[in-house]
Amino acid sequence: MGLIVAENISKDYQVGEVTVRALKGVSFEIEPASFVSFVGPSGSGKTTLLNLIGCLDKPTEGSLMVAGTDVFHLDRKKAAAFRGNNIGFIFQDFNLIPILTVFENIEYPLLMVQNVSPEDRKKRVTTLLDAVGMIEQKDKFPDQISGGQKQRVAIARALVTNPKLVLADEPTANLDHKTAYLVIELMKRMRDEFHTTFIFSTHDQKIVGEAEIIYALEDGEIAGKQAKGGKKNG
Amino acid sequence: MGNLFKIAVRNLRRYKRRTLLTASLVMIGVIFVLLYISVSGSFKNMMVGQITDSMLGHLEVHRKGYLASIDNLPLNLNLRPQAFKKLADILNKQPEVEAFSPRIKFGGIFSTFVETTAIRLNGVYPDQEFKTIPLLTSRIIRGQRTLNRGEILIPDLLARGMKVNVGDTIVIVATNKDGSVNGKQFKVSGVLESVTGPGGRDGYIHLEDAMETLRMEEMEISEVAIRLKHFGQLHAFSEKLEGLLAGEINKEGKPIFEVHTWEKLSPFYNIARMIDVMSFFVKLMLIAVVLISIMNVMIMAVYERIREIGTIAAIGTLPGKILSMFLVEGFCLGAMGAVAGNILGIIIILILNRIGITFDFGMQKGLVLSATIAPGDVLIISLIVILISVIASLQPAFKASRMEPIKALRHV
Repeated sequence: MGLIVAENISKDYQVGEVTVRALKGVSFEIEPASFVSFVGPSGSGKTTLLNLIGCLDKPTEGSLMVAGTDVFHLDRKKAAAFRGNNIGFIFQDFNLIPILTVFENIEYPLLMVQNVSPEDRKKRVTTLLDAVGMIEQKDKFPDQISGGQKQRVAIARALVTNPKLVLADEPTANLDHKTAYLVIELMKRMRDEFHTTFIFSTHDQKIVGEAEIIYALEDGEIAGKQAKGGKKNG
Repeated sequence: MGNLFKIAVRNLRRYKRRTLLTASLVMIGVIFVLLYISVSGSFKNMMVGQITDSMLGHLEVHRKGYLASIDNLPLNLNLRPQAFKKLADILNKQPEVEAFSPRIKFGGIFSTFVETTAIRLNGVYPDQEFKTIPLLTSRIIRGQRTLNRGEILIPDLLARGMKVNVGDTIVIVATNKDGSVNGKQFKVSGVLESVTGPGGRDGYIHLEDAMETLRMEEMEISEVAIRLKHFGQLHAFSEKLEGLLAGEINKEGKPIFEVHTWEKLSPFYNIARMIDVMSFFVKLMLIAVVLISIMNVMIMAVYERIREIGTIAAIGTLPGKILSMFLVEGFCLGAMGAVAGNILGIIIILILNRIGITFDFGMQKGLVLSATIAPGDVLIISLIVILISVIASLQPAFKASRMEPIKALRHV
């Protein structure tokens, strides 16, 4: 069974008196340790889909299983706990906590979400700092590092809880091209190292090429699927 | 928990100016409350001390019904000798009692042989009276600080009005309970400072002189003033004494004695109550200041950090933990203001005491205010401030914890 199994999921939003269908009966399955991208123009439903997979929102119709859990029936508290234990997030604007240092930002989920022991926290954070090449900057605050470095920290924070899945919504949108490639390469390397599934959305065609499985979204529907390196067939 | 405090303090440091302004507001509130409570409390305690230690004693025992007619100083409502003996026996056995003093109170005519005026007199045993109301001797502003047979201590107002000096001879004329008028000559041994309150303008003579003036064959006591070892035992002892005396009944089966604390005997008690009520309202004002200022800051903090709240909620922080984060922030802000306010407040109180502020109360001039604050008051004020700070943070914290991460992350 796949890590994510979506069957005919739809999502409606109410905009004033008008109901907008952001996703229209989308079905797909993603295997563990995949490196997947959802691509499409603005308004195609990429962010909506990532929000549903990330248990930040619920589908209006259909069934969505993430890591063997039917996320449709999770209440607020259970959804938060599920996210904390199974999902890492990487945001377009990095969303680091400005009052915490690089080390503390990465440590935060272990401290406030998982209650990991201090020794284990230090070990896991240091391993990830080393892995993302930020060990030298560990005591700096977010406003003292560059955008690329912030995203590296965000990747480390997303991975520190050993999640089954990392979701990245437009992770390279605020980075220059060179840094964007480096970030995607880092994500791929982390996937290889930690066997975590990475799903990211982008509308940058050059970055899309780095994904191993690409789902193209158009008007809330999957318009196509492309697998690279023989991992999947479209 | 320590991490919540670390994050709270870092968040407060993020907006230094706003945090300092709010903490300062709380601090100023705490300082004003401390000053008000210390100054008004000291004024109250000083006045209570003056009233109990120089006039009334801590509590008094009368014959049942005497207090209702106390303004007339009725001689026919004095305690009979047997009743006084019973009372004295009971009081002598009470470990709480420091001293007690029987008094014969009566009204008379004060004559200088040239002029006459009315006077209220207390016939006392000087030794017992001076032990029961120890500040009485300090009220003697002229003359000797003793009272012997044949001598009288007169209030200053009367001495000045009647142009009487220490050493002069005067006559007291009084009507006894049978209606016959008697007179007795006295030498003025001292002049008493007049003070505000019941008995503050009374004269003093020896109890046996009072009996002689009133032609009493047996000692009939108007009241017994009692001083306790610890003023704090006042109400407990009053109840105990009432219980002990409840069994003493007359031939008609009615109680012989009535026990009254100073509070029932002095109109200053109403002023003291008023001071307490005002202290309560000052505390309410502090609560309002803390509530509004902390709530305002916390609402702003939540509004400014919506995306951050969205982020921490998205990565799995439970709603309860988000609630705690903001409550701890409010707690820290309140605690900061309370600690700073307490420290500065105590320093200002010490400075005030060093300067020595004086005030007048009635006829008493130049009373030195000794502002003090009980550790219990400091603790209560601190707890109020911190509790209100947490309560003020509840609504913003609850709002933060209930935020949908998806909406919060979209917030610009």
